[in-house]
Amino acid sequence: MTKLLEWLLGVSLVGVAWGLVTFDLLDLQLPAAYKEVAWPMPVYLLVVFGCYSLATIGYRVATFNDCEEAAKELQAQIQEAKDDLKKKGLKM
Amino acid sequence: VGTSNRERGLQRTTILDAHPRNREEADKYSVLLPTYNERENLPLIVWLLVKYFGESGYNYEIIVIDDGSPDGTLQIAEQLQKIYGDDKIVLRPRAKKLGLGTAYIHGIKHATGNFIIIMDADLSHHPKFIPEFIKKQKEGGYDLVSGTRYRGDGGVYGWDLRRKLISRGANFVTQVLLRPGASDLTGSFRLYKKDVLERLVERCVSKGYVFQMEMIVRARQLGYTIGEVPISFVDRVYGESKLGGNEIVSFLKGLLTLFATT
Repeated sequence: MTKLLEWLLGVSLVGVAWGLVTFDLLDLQLPAAYKEVAWPMPVYLLVVFGCYSLATIGYRVATFNDCEEAAKELQAQIQEAKDDLKKKGLKM
Repeated sequence: VGTSNRERGLQRTTILDAHPRNREEADKYSVLLPTYNERENLPLIVWLLVKYFGESGYNYEIIVIDDGSPDGTLQIAEQLQKIYGDDKIVLRPRAKKLGLGTAYIHGIKHATGNFIIIMDADLSHHPKFIPEFIKKQKEGGYDLVSGTRYRGDGGVYGWDLRRKLISRGANFVTQVLLRPGASDLTGSFRLYKKDVLERLVERCVSKGYVFQMEMIVRARQLGYTIGEVPISFVDRVYGESKLGGNEIVSFLKGLLTLFATT
């Protein structure tokens, strides 16, 4: 199954469950509290997911390693390489 | 007094077998370096590769796949071949710029190693990580080892806030949609078993960043195991690197295609 189909399946299942509870499609006579909670759930979950995404991306950007030492080391090695290669006869 | 040649031969074999590197090293690592206008960087990356492979004792070769660079990259490569030997520096140039996937296929055809290392030739990938890739591969018997900028002490140098934001944002979306089981999908510093790389390149149809992503996704589909090693990515020592709207759009297109088809 492709990821798209997995998502569609998942969304459908959740959607059906939500519809059943919110609109009482099976006539289960659920208490009003269930309906009240279920009704805004989709929007609520989207908002939660949105906040989670922003927080996660923000955190990852903030903690993204800046490899200062790697850059310095590379610069030094570039010079070493150029000198050594010149000795070995490379014409650049 | 007189040891026979045969006995002497046996003695020599025993002494050589005792050296740890000679015992295991049926393994050979072929480094594929597709180049286009890398006249300045090529000698430096080769020097670093020779240094770190030399120190590690592993058997290796460097395959330079130049796509008809007008700046004389091939001539520099020929000089390097004279310095380091044509068993270590292998030249397999092509007439014109033909793309990365075909460069890999071309390189694999001429590779005599049983492992292939792919990396950028512009010094953004540092050969010092290659022994770590090899170690990781041996530890877990992985089919491929991927360098990651996003985990452990991996990271980048030379990226501004905008670039970091786009990178992390794109990676997040990719993780949510594809759940790929690897932290850095667009990275191109990897070690593959040769037959694994062959099979994957056959199956991949995308271009650019998405090509590297597709390789990982297909690897997972085929049940290959993936190990990760944190790497530092030093962006563009020479020249510029911009990530514009066009690239972002084509990335998203490619991502959605993978989402819908894999």
